Amino acid sequence: MPETSSQTSPPTADWRDGIFAALKAADIRQVGYVPDAGHSRLIELCEADREIRTVRLTSEEEGIGLAAGAWLGGQRAVLLMQSSGVGNCVNLLSLAKSCRFPLTMLVTMRGEWGEFNPWQVPMGTKTQAALELMDVLVYRVEHPGDAAETVTAALDIAFNGELATAVLLSQRLIGAKRWVK
Amino acid sequence: MSNAPQGNDPRLDRRAAMHALLDGRGDLLLVTGLGSTTYDAAAVADDDRNFYLWGAMGAAAMVGLGLAIARPERRVLVVTGDGEMLMGLGALATIGVQRPPNLAIVVFDNARYAETGMQPSHTDFGVSLTGVARSCGIDAVFDISDEAGLRDLAALLPRFERTIFARVAIRADEPPRVLPSRDGVFLKNRFRRALGE
Repeated sequence: MPETSSQTSPPTADWRDGIFAALKAADIRQVGYVPDAGHSRLIELCEADREIRTVRLTSEEEGIGLAAGAWLGGQRAVLLMQSSGVGNCVNLLSLAKSCRFPLTMLVTMRGEWGEFNPWQVPMGTKTQAALELMDVLVYRVEHPGDAAETVTAALDIAFNGELATAVLLSQRLIGAKRWVK
Repeated sequence: MSNAPQGNDPRLDRRAAMHALLDGRGDLLLVTGLGSTTYDAAAVADDDRNFYLWGAMGAAAMVGLGLAIARPERRVLVVTGDGEMLMGLGALATIGVQRPPNLAIVVFDNARYAETGMQPSHTDFGVSLTGVARSCGIDAVFDISDEAGLRDLAALLPRFERTIFARVAIRADEPPRVLPSRDGVFLKNRFRRALGE
């Protein structure tokens, strides 16, 4: 998507709170994640919520199975990961597709705006293509004001349509990682 | 139950072992892994409360975890093979942190990839799945290679109250395949319907 917008508001913590509110409104009860700086506030909010069970994963692909099991049992799950983790999920996405398990992945992007580490670039630049290769519907957020409603839209399609969706949270939105101390 | 090292004989018949685990299953929910454990479950009896994985190798234990968290009032049994478990070893670390009291993971270990031609798996070279499970913080860990041990495990399944990991030593043979439905949407929907979802 083109990076054009009239919005000028700087990224704040508010959009993360907005995503959390969207998860609550959708009755998300399990949140699988691999620890990540960009998702850290959202993870803290989920861990503090008594109705949400957070599940720390060793690798993102575990989350695809977790979300499938949650749905089999009647609960809704989302997965939080970094763009590099999408690569780890590719084969497991066949579970979601073969069974039409609803799935929403919230992906913080690396390897794009202001990236310091070139090793993040190969997967970061192919994240959307990798997801689309597995027929995951991909939505991208560039501006803080769009975050909550984009996540809501992705959850709606996933759980009403029994489809796999992903929301890519751009590196410009999150703020590039600062390496210089 | 035996704590003998892996690779010990006698080994059990896989179909008889699955039958022992599911005999009088009560309201147990079952997830099986890609390959022979799916055929074993179907050979005992197809059931709406069985969810068979026909792909997604390595995911069986995690599907069981998500299900166990979602349905704390039900007991969830995952039966998978050594090759399938080896592909998702990280799941044991994740489950060791969560320790759902209603999840039992049973690995039928023939030390072979039966699906692809009986090539040896890592367990044939001494990798200990019970050792991994114990190291991951799962404290009810059983290494079973005889019928008495299997009976003890089966007796636990309707009433266990902490996470179980059991390795069951089975013979490396291939009983006739019994193929349940491969329609993932059908399997998902009938399972959810059986749970009233």
